[in-house]
Amino acid sequence: MEIIAQYGTILLVLAVIFGLYMTWGIGANDVANAMGTSVGSGAITVKQAIVIAAIFEFTGAFIAGGNVTSTIRKGIVDPSSIANQPEILVFGMLAALLAAGVWLMIASTRGWPVSTTHSIVGALVGFTVAGIGFDAVHWGKIGQIAASWIVSPALGGFLAYMLMMSIRKTILDTERPFESARRWGPAYVFLVGFIISLVTLFKGLKHLNLELTVPMSFLSALVFGAICAAVGWALIQKVEVDPEADRDYHFASVEKIFVPMMIFTACAMAFAHGSNDVANGIGPLAAVASIIRSGGEMAQTSELPLWILVMGGVGIVVGLATMGYRVMQTIGTRITQLTPSRGFCATLAAAATVVLASRTGLPVSTTHIAVGAVIGVGMARGVGAIDLRVIGGIVVSWVITLPAGGILAALFFFMLKGMFT
Amino acid sequence: MSSGNTLSRLFGKSPFLPLQTHMRVVLECAREIQPLIEALARGDEERVIKAKDHIFEREAEADRIKNELRLQLPRSLFMPVDRRDLLEVLHMQDAIANTAQDVAGLLIERQMTIPDFMHDPLIALTSRCIDTCEHSASIIEELDELLAMGFRGREVDKVDAMLTELNSIEDETDELGIALARSLFKHESEMDPVSVMMWYRLIEWIGDLADYAEKVGDRLRLLIAK
Repeated sequence: MEIIAQYGTILLVLAVIFGLYMTWGIGANDVANAMGTSVGSGAITVKQAIVIAAIFEFTGAFIAGGNVTSTIRKGIVDPSSIANQPEILVFGMLAALLAAGVWLMIASTRGWPVSTTHSIVGALVGFTVAGIGFDAVHWGKIGQIAASWIVSPALGGFLAYMLMMSIRKTILDTERPFESARRWGPAYVFLVGFIISLVTLFKGLKHLNLELTVPMSFLSALVFGAICAAVGWALIQKVEVDPEADRDYHFASVEKIFVPMMIFTACAMAFAHGSNDVANGIGPLAAVASIIRSGGEMAQTSELPLWILVMGGVGIVVGLATMGYRVMQTIGTRITQLTPSRGFCATLAAAATVVLASRTGLPVSTTHIAVGAVIGVGMARGVGAIDLRVIGGIVVSWVITLPAGGILAALFFFMLKGMFT
Repeated sequence: MSSGNTLSRLFGKSPFLPLQTHMRVVLECAREIQPLIEALARGDEERVIKAKDHIFEREAEADRIKNELRLQLPRSLFMPVDRRDLLEVLHMQDAIANTAQDVAGLLIERQMTIPDFMHDPLIALTSRCIDTCEHSASIIEELDELLAMGFRGREVDKVDAMLTELNSIEDETDELGIALARSLFKHESEMDPVSVMMWYRLIEWIGDLADYAEKVGDRLRLLIAK
């Protein structure tokens, strides 16, 4: 208890710095992956992607980031056996943040496809086992999270496959694809708004004191979807046939209709990413802040303070503005195989999957889900060439990241403990 | 950090654009046979050499694209078509360019002169064989649309119709070739025996241009069916 009283401010400042570093890293690296399918398909420019990401990453973190944050904050570590030593949990959370941050830095300079989410979860487990004990880990929750890492890319792939098939049936494989695209385009835009808002608003948002019944949730999602569809319709009306381009590629004009439609999926994706990944940075920070503010109380019943969510959003946007745009540029030039229609399917599928995970409070990897969605489009025979070696790389990175994050976290934990006691 | 980007590494290089580029170059080879034979008949030496050089240069370029494409197709690549079928299409396309080069080489190195009775039917045969190649190339240009449709639906019907048309053009070239061989047979006694043999061989090779063009289409059928 004395340690908290004595060093409380320093520890909180450290937590804020580490938390900002993590969210900055997320903004610098992961956001580019989240926006990659939109930029790569040529539907939006890098500049537009940054503006969209800045707004919707923040909105996603703020509106829907609470559930995953609470999982990271109190769903993985069971502190009941150290009730009279709250500083252990504070050191642990700091160590986890630092370990994940350091590991991500090592991994990204080596070019390994490491996920922020996996790093932080591995780090949390590592510090808990080393610092508290094996039984202090909520293994059931860890099992759920690990299962979601396999299920979520598969679900993203399945949704993308179904969407691709549906778009072929309703639009591409028709007598007049351009007219079909004009007719069905707003319906698909409606789907974007409807799915994202339904999953987000279902039964309301506690931290914003928004209570909604089930029918009310559906109604508001319908209204939101309809607004999106109306805006989408207006944008689609402006698209004109380009006979010159159609001679070379018959679907050139049809693809032009998907360009305004992709603005919606890009927003949805940024929102989804913000709602899930921001927790990796601010979850541990929230845990530290709550213990220090209560003077060592570990019940952690208090709600997530809004300033922390806001800080997470700001960290991501700064990371994006300082480094993320460069990563995005390189992605944009490399993913030329994704046409707007294929990008639309992949992005919507990934966004829906991530939002669903956020709602359930499961920390997932947006990048891996995006990979799954692209493979889903490939399964529908829609991508020229997918390099499956990436999947091997992802699996290896799972196997390495969890112990690496864990061992680093344990090291940092003992270092911090030694420094402050 | 850019090299570590998972999403951009997920995308391999699509094989369809290089395949189409290859076919365009191959078509340039085949097309040049016509002016070559016409110039030869006129005795326009300068134009003959120009045509031959062009064919040889384009054939080398086709080889280069072929090798490059083969190198970028590791087995770990997940493609909407079978890798072997794709390589077969490439192989058949390349055979057209090789055949064009053989024809040009033989016509020039053996300093063949075209007998009057052969002139018109030879031009007719050549031009129809080149038509077959043109048609085959236009089918290859449909690959983007096939990919957009996932190799199903209307686009497949359209390509099927084009393939049927390809087969019937190729049948015509067979007839033209047989007719030409028949008239050559009638004039055999008036000609140098070695030249006669070489002309038979040339008729066969020019016909091969159409044969390979048809095979490109046949392999494409397999590619679509997967």
